[in-house]
Amino acid sequence: MTTALRWTRANLFSTPGNAVLTSSIVLLFVWAVPPVIDWAFLRAVWTGTSRDACVGADVGACWPYIWARAGQIIYGFYPDGERWRVDIVYALGIAGTLWLTLPNIPRKWLGAALMIFAFPVAAYVLLLGGVFGLEAVPTLHWGGLLLTLVVAVVGIAASLPLGILLALGRRSELPVIRWFSVTFIEVWRGVPMITVLFMAANMLPLFLPESLDTDKLFRALVAIAIFNAAYMAEVVRGGLQAIPRGQEEAAKALGLGYWRRMTFVVLPQALKISIPGLVNNMVSMLKDTSLISVIGFLDLLGVIQAGNTDPEWASPNTALTGYLFLAIIYWAACFSLSRYSARLERNLNVGARP
Amino acid sequence: MRVLALAALMFAFGMAVASAGTLEQVKARGYLGCGVNEGTPGFSTPDAKGNWTGLDVDYCRGIAAAIFNDKTKVRFTPTASQERFAALQAGQFEVLSRNTTWTMDRDVSLGLEFIGVDFYDGQGFMVPKKLGIKSALELNNAVVCTQTGTTTELNAADFFRTHKMKYKILVYQKEAEYLAAYDMGRCDADTTDKSGLYGDRLRLKNPEDHVVLPETISKEPLGPSVRQGDPRWADLCRWVLFALINAEELGITSKNADAMRNSPSPEIRRLLGKEGAFGRSLGLTDDWAYRIIKQVGNYGEIFERNFGMQTPLKIERGLNNLWTKGGLMYAPPIR
Repeated sequence: MTTALRWTRANLFSTPGNAVLTSSIVLLFVWAVPPVIDWAFLRAVWTGTSRDACVGADVGACWPYIWARAGQIIYGFYPDGERWRVDIVYALGIAGTLWLTLPNIPRKWLGAALMIFAFPVAAYVLLLGGVFGLEAVPTLHWGGLLLTLVVAVVGIAASLPLGILLALGRRSELPVIRWFSVTFIEVWRGVPMITVLFMAANMLPLFLPESLDTDKLFRALVAIAIFNAAYMAEVVRGGLQAIPRGQEEAAKALGLGYWRRMTFVVLPQALKISIPGLVNNMVSMLKDTSLISVIGFLDLLGVIQAGNTDPEWASPNTALTGYLFLAIIYWAACFSLSRYSARLERNLNVGARP
Repeated sequence: MRVLALAALMFAFGMAVASAGTLEQVKARGYLGCGVNEGTPGFSTPDAKGNWTGLDVDYCRGIAAAIFNDKTKVRFTPTASQERFAALQAGQFEVLSRNTTWTMDRDVSLGLEFIGVDFYDGQGFMVPKKLGIKSALELNNAVVCTQTGTTTELNAADFFRTHKMKYKILVYQKEAEYLAAYDMGRCDADTTDKSGLYGDRLRLKNPEDHVVLPETISKEPLGPSVRQGDPRWADLCRWVLFALINAEELGITSKNADAMRNSPSPEIRRLLGKEGAFGRSLGLTDDWAYRIIKQVGNYGEIFERNFGMQTPLKIERGLNNLWTKGGLMYAPPIR
């Protein structure tokens, strides 16, 4: 007890400044946290079938609203009878991710190959349908968590390799490639994401001939991938610049060609030190997916906002409950991403100088 | 954002998308494309099962019923306010039914055509019942809450000046903020568009303790629109709306539509396709209006289903009643 007291005095109340800081932080905590817990749990309503359950003078969060909308939050407007297809995709995705991330599952190379080549094809066929007797489900009916994950995963998976290529291109000795990469990166980084999405959704169909009419979600995905590739490229370039020139020169002296030098010597080191930046980008991409609501897609944020307007459930607490739930989901997703990256950094020993 | 949308629209207008033969395209594709609001109570909201419901939604279902004899053959595209006109121009859907105010500027310069009014909205006031106020003209010396930077603020100023009344306005950045301020009793009245007031009311602690006053102080005629360039498509959409209104006036409902087909009244017979070739002149079958009414109901049924006393919104017909009942809903005759 006395050690705790001594520790507190030594670390938290060592100077008058520290004492003030410590006490104000404790006060802030006491002031802010109990009301939230009180509202979200103690005074919350847990069961009910309509807004009547959540109306009253002293009622907190309206959780039955979330239960009632759970289907829409998870699947969007995917037809009821076809939701098993989404479940399979979710299950495959989770299984593959566990395979790749849990340290004690063997044959990582097989898992990686399946996730890179087989999973996208399976997910594409299952979600879109129209073949093998599966009912076609247009992307217009996708939404909620499904859409958010599709956009985030496709965006991340497509922008990382593209970004690496652009970063290499920007450091290339061939002027055409270098200037192309520089222009590409600077143009896409210089435009706001909303503009890019708006152009992809509403302007491209006007430019392109009707025979090239593509799906709106497809156009948006391409736009998101290209946009984020420009950011990824700069993170990777930062990593590339930290690798001493000697590394590449030594590889050259061994007689390795450009691609072998990059794949076996430079990139493994450069990507390793870029991990914090890359994951930072990925987390921000995951959250930026909600921007596709400006082109009329109801992603996770969109379905909850649309649900908030349902007169059957409108109450003083409905919207707040929806947003709290949304925040929890986003936080869980982003936090797991950053935990994974922290473990990756530990395992690859990123702290050590290359 | 606005500059962007405007640029997009000017560009789209320059292209003047030639959309002749919209009906044929829709028929060939097998469904109607309809742009709706992402979520506004009563106009279009996804219910818990993911079905779109609302007045704007039902209007599009009516068009689908007329064309395909199947009200489910519609694909609803939720459309953000900033992109609605550009999305219509880009051909993402054929009808924009998204509680959009018909104004001269939009009608004349955006390359689109408004085809009618399916909801007469306008700014109104909501007050707590305990104030005992029956009319907006009794609001002298009231404190009024609203959102800043909207025409709502200016309309309120005009209204109070015209009626030589004093008032104090409290403006807030966000809708949720002024609603909270009103709920806490910091102001005597909340003002915004009336359909919005009824939606606001549901988010108050005790909705039953508040009442929307009868006066409407601004004009917000909401209606569907289509791309300019295909007058036949515009005609079709316009007459679907008129059929809904005429059906209510003639007393035809989804329940009695079958029996009404045998009615001796010439007006009813023409509407339901027993006489004349009105459907064919639209490129449809002659029972087009029968299909709409049978599957979707008449205008009154649609209104009651989405706004009426049986719904949580509890909006009175008011201006949206038939012209014969003191409202503004009036459709040209079918003959």
